[in-house]
Amino acid sequence: MKRPFLPGFRRRALMAAAGMLSASLVLAACGGSSGSSTATPDKVSQADVDKAMKTPTDLTFWTWVPNIKKEVAVFEKKYPAIHVKIVNAGQGEPQYTKLRTALKAGSGAPDLAQIEFQYIPTFSLTKSLEDLRPYGAEKHANTFVDWTWNQVKGSNGEIWAYPQDTGPMGMLYRKDIFDKYGIKPPKTWDEFAAASKKLHAADPNVYMTNLAANQNGVWMGLLWQAGAKPFENTGADSVKVSVNDATSKKVGDYWEGLIKGGSVSTDPDFTDAWYQGLARGKYATWLTAAWGPVFLSGSAKGTSGKWRAAPLPQWDAAKPASGNWGGSTTAVIKGTKNPIAAAKFAEFLNTDAETTKMFTTEQFFFPATKSLLADPAFTNQKPAFYGGQQVNQVFADVSDTVDLSFQWPPFLDQAVNDWDETVGKSFADKGDVGGALDTWQQRVTDYAKNQGFKVSQ
Amino acid sequence: MTTTTAPPRPATTRKAAKTSTRRSQATAGYLFVTPFLLVFLLFFLLPLAYAAYLSLFREQLVGGTVFAGLDNYVRALGDERLLGGVLRVARFFVLQVPIMLVLALLAALAIDSGLLRVSKVFRVGIFIPYAVPSVVATLMWGYLYGRDFGPFAQLGHAIGAATPNFLGDGLMLGSMANIVTWEFTGYNMIILYAALRAIPTDLYEAAAVDGASSWRIAWNIKVPAIRPALFLCLIFSVIGSFQLFAEPQLLQRLAPSVIDSAYTPNLYAYTLAFTGQEVNYAAAVSFLLGVVIVVVSYSFLFVTNRRSRS
Repeated sequence: MKRPFLPGFRRRALMAAAGMLSASLVLAACGGSSGSSTATPDKVSQADVDKAMKTPTDLTFWTWVPNIKKEVAVFEKKYPAIHVKIVNAGQGEPQYTKLRTALKAGSGAPDLAQIEFQYIPTFSLTKSLEDLRPYGAEKHANTFVDWTWNQVKGSNGEIWAYPQDTGPMGMLYRKDIFDKYGIKPPKTWDEFAAASKKLHAADPNVYMTNLAANQNGVWMGLLWQAGAKPFENTGADSVKVSVNDATSKKVGDYWEGLIKGGSVSTDPDFTDAWYQGLARGKYATWLTAAWGPVFLSGSAKGTSGKWRAAPLPQWDAAKPASGNWGGSTTAVIKGTKNPIAAAKFAEFLNTDAETTKMFTTEQFFFPATKSLLADPAFTNQKPAFYGGQQVNQVFADVSDTVDLSFQWPPFLDQAVNDWDETVGKSFADKGDVGGALDTWQQRVTDYAKNQGFKVSQ
Repeated sequence: MTTTTAPPRPATTRKAAKTSTRRSQATAGYLFVTPFLLVFLLFFLLPLAYAAYLSLFREQLVGGTVFAGLDNYVRALGDERLLGGVLRVARFFVLQVPIMLVLALLAALAIDSGLLRVSKVFRVGIFIPYAVPSVVATLMWGYLYGRDFGPFAQLGHAIGAATPNFLGDGLMLGSMANIVTWEFTGYNMIILYAALRAIPTDLYEAAAVDGASSWRIAWNIKVPAIRPALFLCLIFSVIGSFQLFAEPQLLQRLAPSVIDSAYTPNLYAYTLAFTGQEVNYAAAVSFLLGVVIVVVSYSFLFVTNRRSRS
């Protein structure tokens, strides 16, 4: 049973003139909750929906998608009474920090926010998201690729968000470097390791790939591909944490070998030095997500025509698998004064044929809807940056092989922070990755227990 | 001897006149201070009280808020990472502050001596880094320190020498000390220069009569005269060093395996609050840091007072 913060909290709400109403809404949401219901909540009637969509409403939408006003304009044209204010509150973690702060303060939170798949449990645990089932979300169960729908579903069947774009992982490689040293694109991790040694022996200044010491997303994607299940939400107050299980150790030992051998670098990614590295041919491959190709073509323009795409090397060539890195959803924040309008906007933005197509042509997102992934107009694109290869088809095929049941913990920020300081550090220090995984396991379980979770291993 | 006096006013009205003037002066004083006091109360005292209140509780992601008494403080006192952070900023303080204050003092003395030809340009030039926001300064220096593509590294490549890894484990503290010195020498110099300007000039005339050289004047007259200002700079530096936050947080992006989330106590409190959502423990850590700063400041005060008394 939660005891709300009273004296200081109330005083602050009083001082912020407009904060009172939303403060009490949040208090009602956080305090005295009867626990999540297992039955489907009552649906909002069509009459209510129609009325809400005709009432002049202002919605605030926090998102970092560039130029999303184009898609929003399509919505506003159809529903002229609703005006959506787009706010860029930061990309990824900075936005989540602001969102959490606003929710805790009880004022300043938006009606909708862009939330990446991996952060949904973090926000659904603190009851910060609206269940979208009353607003007709269930009918879209087959619109989206299966594993994305699993990612937005709660443990009691709630639907927390609409998938917007995805990031199934593949490998972008420099064809010119491979050709120069007589290397074939590796199909298995064993081939990858052999190719790394060969490349490093031929040219010590070029690395087979960069395994960034600060990029937990790639690590989780690789685990996902290997079939690991490091986190499981076994109940509202219990989690299973096994980040140092046999599969993780297998992946860890593999990369430890490559890093210690010197054929793989561990520079922090998305920094100036890393961009320079990509542009100057320091890295022969980039293990990345489906949003990588467009990103790369924008940030390493000088290398146009030299890259190609391929699936990730496999542990078992007979059973191709992949993981996911990134990709976002649109979620409705609890406490919004306009839940119907917000839910309908989220639904429209991510399911309407026109807006979803615009996401692929304007922002070059990798789609989450089954229809677009099968659409030849999307899959037949032949960008010159990749020498005319049908990159989208490669990643669309990969998308089908992403494992369905990977889960994220409800405290991802802390888990990522601990990963950076243990496993990430072991990459950078060329140290014992297995031991670092054990330390990470210890730190995550300690944190979870401290926060009141029942932890199983 | 005759004394001419005005007809004496009744004693009561004279006293009443005095207290009413004093009272209206006092009221005026309070009225002038009120805006500051209001801001001070709202933005300093109330948040401080709220943080103190928060530090006595514990909010878990599962299970809500419980009263924890002094548990958070006990945990903080036993926290190795916090202790490591405090020792690190103490090392930083010992390393960086003497160098910065000496540089600021030399610069202030140089300008004050009047021997410098372009003293105005010099003054502005040293002060400009202070006008650069610390975020911009750190990003800029982070680029300069870059191992592969930073200018120092490029220069090293060009002349065939190996450049040290400024953002590596061994040199990180020194690199940050360099950034902070670059930022704040000008600020301290201005304070010391203002104090130097306030020294009565007849002291210099007396020294000139006695045949003292410029160096002598500087060492025996100027420096002792600005002791209070030097002490002020020292206290500011204590507070600034122990609260080090912006530089480590920004450099963390460039060297994530060197700077962890408990590199400095302030960074630790920030990570606890905003990444780990452990707001209560973060409040306790902040208060403990405040206590450490107060202890260090007072010990300096004590030492200098004793010396001035003896």
